[in-house]
Amino acid sequence: MIKYLLPLGIFLVLVVFLAIGLKRDPHEVPSPLIDKAAPTFRLPQLKDPSKTFSAEDMRGKVWVLNVWASWCITCRDEHPLLIEYAKTRAVPIYGLNWKDPREDALAWLDDLGDPYVLSVSDLDGRIAIDYGVYGAPETYLIDQNGTIRFKQIGPVTPDVWSNKILPLVQELNRQGTSR
Amino acid sequence: MSRFIFLSFLLLCAITSVAKEAQPTGDDPAVEARLTKLGQELRCLVCQNETLADSRADLAEDLRREIREQIKAGKSDKEIIEFLTARYGQFILYRPRVTPTTYLLWFGPFVLLLGGLWILFNYIKQRRDSLTEKPLSADERRRAEELLASTPGKERT
Repeated sequence: MIKYLLPLGIFLVLVVFLAIGLKRDPHEVPSPLIDKAAPTFRLPQLKDPSKTFSAEDMRGKVWVLNVWASWCITCRDEHPLLIEYAKTRAVPIYGLNWKDPREDALAWLDDLGDPYVLSVSDLDGRIAIDYGVYGAPETYLIDQNGTIRFKQIGPVTPDVWSNKILPLVQELNRQGTSR
Repeated sequence: MSRFIFLSFLLLCAITSVAKEAQPTGDDPAVEARLTKLGQELRCLVCQNETLADSRADLAEDLRREIREQIKAGKSDKEIIEFLTARYGQFILYRPRVTPTTYLLWFGPFVLLLGGLWILFNYIKQRRDSLTEKPLSADERRRAEELLASTPGKERT
């Protein structure tokens, strides 16, 4: 009896492993930056390049950094969602405009609306490398101490926003005020 | 006609072979050699089955620029790989390091091999045991002699 059940058992285990493998997206590489300090940067602002913005400016605040580009097709899908999220004022969203000519980026925001408090221009993609960006859109949640608490690779879906990011934001804000 | 097709085929091969090669853009051959060697150990994160040395993805070009600059700044290979894994994780390495999370990856095949050898060994042993003739016990010998003594041929005479 066991002689016949054993191969069946092995087969079933294999099926389970393959099924799990099918559901996982190989493009989602776990980031080593989670719970590490967000890399510092000082970059010119997209709308007014004479002003700069630094991650340091956000000390003491919980904020979201969204990597976007006008050449990024998925960003276009994500954009209306970001506008919705920004309207709720749950957490400030800042943009890292990745390797995008300034005119293209500005035209994009004019066309589709601007969910960002402000965007900074990373023209040569150096800061993106520091953040381990390899495919826009990518989104980071950064806490009061400048630590990356969450990273979303690909668009921030409503599910991710309300079940992952918002609870974390609430928890971080609660911790921040009680401290 | 067939000659024309053959020639255009050759031309096509030439075009594609040119198109696939990622162009090193630096000037110092020693730096480029190190970059290529290092790049072959690293995965391009955009097109994951391509090395950083071969890929023409934008990000790969940025990363090559970064590595090139670090080589010129006198960083060691180890430092550069450290820089990249701190940002992109071990996934960027084609040869992941031996850590508890990669034990299964590194040693799994050997465990499977040993398991297979163990099964094979047992199977052969079992089979050999069932094939070798065992000496008859005293009881069996007596019965055999009885049967031989009363062979049909003898009964007939």
